[in-house]
Amino acid sequence: MLKMTHLQKIYRTHLIETHALRDFSIHVREGEFVAVTGPSGSGKTTFLNIAGLLEEFTAGEYLLDGIDVHGLGDDGRSRLRNEKIGFIFQSFNLIPDLNLFDNVDVPLRYRRFPAGERKKRIEESLARVGLASRMKHYPAELSGGQQQRVAIARALAGSPRLLLADEPTGNLDSLMARGVMELLEEINRQGTTIVMVTHDPELAARAHRNVHVIDGQVTDLGAEPVLGRAALDGATATAAIA
Amino acid sequence: MFGYYLQLGLRSLRRNPVLTALMVIGIALGIAASMTTLTVMHLMGSDPIPWKSDKLHYVQLDNWSADQPYSDDGRPPDQVTYRDATALMDAARADRQAAMFKLSLPIQPENAEVKPFQALGRVTYADFFPMFEPPFAYGGPWDRAQDAEHARVVVLGQALNEKLFGGQDSTGRSVRMGGIDYTVVGVLGKWNLRSRYYDLTNGAFVDPDEFFIPFTTGIDLKARSSGNNSCFRSPGDGWDSYLASDCVWIQMWVELETPERLAEYHAFLDRYVDEQKKLGRFPRPLNNRLLDVNEWMQDQQVVSRDIEVQTGLAFAFLIVCLVNTIGLLLAKFTRKSSEVGLRRALGASRGEVFRQFLVESGVVGLAGGLLGLLLTGFGLLAVRALYPDYRTVAGLDWTMVATTILLSVVAALLAGFYPTWRACRVQPAAQLKM
Repeated sequence: MLKMTHLQKIYRTHLIETHALRDFSIHVREGEFVAVTGPSGSGKTTFLNIAGLLEEFTAGEYLLDGIDVHGLGDDGRSRLRNEKIGFIFQSFNLIPDLNLFDNVDVPLRYRRFPAGERKKRIEESLARVGLASRMKHYPAELSGGQQQRVAIARALAGSPRLLLADEPTGNLDSLMARGVMELLEEINRQGTTIVMVTHDPELAARAHRNVHVIDGQVTDLGAEPVLGRAALDGATATAAIA
Repeated sequence: MFGYYLQLGLRSLRRNPVLTALMVIGIALGIAASMTTLTVMHLMGSDPIPWKSDKLHYVQLDNWSADQPYSDDGRPPDQVTYRDATALMDAARADRQAAMFKLSLPIQPENAEVKPFQALGRVTYADFFPMFEPPFAYGGPWDRAQDAEHARVVVLGQALNEKLFGGQDSTGRSVRMGGIDYTVVGVLGKWNLRSRYYDLTNGAFVDPDEFFIPFTTGIDLKARSSGNNSCFRSPGDGWDSYLASDCVWIQMWVELETPERLAEYHAFLDRYVDEQKKLGRFPRPLNNRLLDVNEWMQDQQVVSRDIEVQTGLAFAFLIVCLVNTIGLLLAKFTRKSSEVGLRRALGASRGEVFRQFLVESGVVGLAGGLLGLLLTGFGLLAVRALYPDYRTVAGLDWTMVATTILLSVVAALLAGFYPTWRACRVQPAAQLKM
């Protein structure tokens, strides 16, 4: 699903060069639930930005669902991001003046789905996260946990193959965090690959595999992954480590 | 996607009502200032008779003194002499022709309760009416035979007919003007003349003529023109000397259907002047002109230099307003950086973000245009109040309404271009705290 080989990311100013990722290699198979851990400044966020095609890398190779993303233009990267990737952010990132329906609608608009198809997907996604009855509500009217569920519904509405989550429970209390985590596990069981950055060892332990990053390098690729049910049903996925 | 962008634009305007109001008012003020002056300029200079303005030609002959030109830029006199006007009328070489001058006459109403008053009218030929096509409410013009007969007939303007006959059909009735009774043959309806283009020598923006009488009849009155009169030497004493003099006081128009007819008439004028030279007149080099309606309006600077300068200043003010709008849009779009980052993460390309924000700028322009239209209306009312002469040109027509809206939207799009470009350069990763 996601394969990075000898990836480098260097931030340059006229004074200094910062190596955010160096010789970074990772292979996430379809159906995996991978937790990425590491101290602050270790390169987790840079990895997630590059994985989500939000940033370009300096050197190396990145294949997303078999597509070499190097050299893709802005339109190509945007389309790929829209079709293949769902994002879940720590601070939810809902648009405050759009109601839940319209928030979930955002990625579908860029996908050019017809109105009927969009409505069906939005209703299904919100139903999946248990918020079908609150479609006309605005983000400010919801709790943090509910807002994160909306963000998950938005990420799922376009049926992405890969879900990138950045500290998805970082702004939630433990009860809400547990609910969100259970939802992610459910989504993974239904076949969606998830890569989650987290500081929380308890959450990381619930992933199939933990990847530890220090100083822009993968130091621990984790144990043999246990794949989600859909992947297991496919009987093709095996752990693969670059 | 345009509908979606429009929806987002409207939503965004509602989100920051104060900022939105500042932008809309800024654009509206600039648009109103520009459009008020532009409307006046546009209507002043617009073609008053577009379907035949290229067929109506104003005749100018240079009969001026050998010692000095009529004007430093070589233009021939703005009017012609009585001798030349009548000679050209008698020759009848054009498809239609009408000599004319302005005349003020005392009117004695039938109704004794209405006091006598002065009215300004026009002395002209029967062809004036089919040439300039004033609308008739009742009756019609006199004919060429009545020109020849020196008939005492009159065509009343709408206002005078209203004053004398309460707006009723007065054809066949008598009007006493300058002590002579004239029979009303026609009454004009509302003539929407923005400028009195057929007599620019006496001012383009003046009250419409109140009556029209035959030229031949007017000459019989021995009443001098109430309009401009220019002589380079004394005309001598008496009416006949005046008619025979080199003083120019008559406007002469001809209607020529084709460019070939125009060329023929020009050649005819040259031959006429050559003949006159043999008689000792026209000492200056051949300098005859036949300007069509629009050329004549330009020549007479119907749109004055002052109006052009005012319009330029108003557009400069619009630019200042747009610079202000650029700043406000920059502030607005910068505040939306995180939304831009999010939309980019969710699949919007730079182009899509660009179009979304450009539509939002356009919505601001549209709102500014509508408010600007309202303010333009007030501006034109102010122009009418301050400058009564401009009342015929201080009004909005559909062209100017459309231009106002279009100008506003285009101006807002231009103002929004840089902030929009900045917005779509936002790095999503920097905004999302991934």
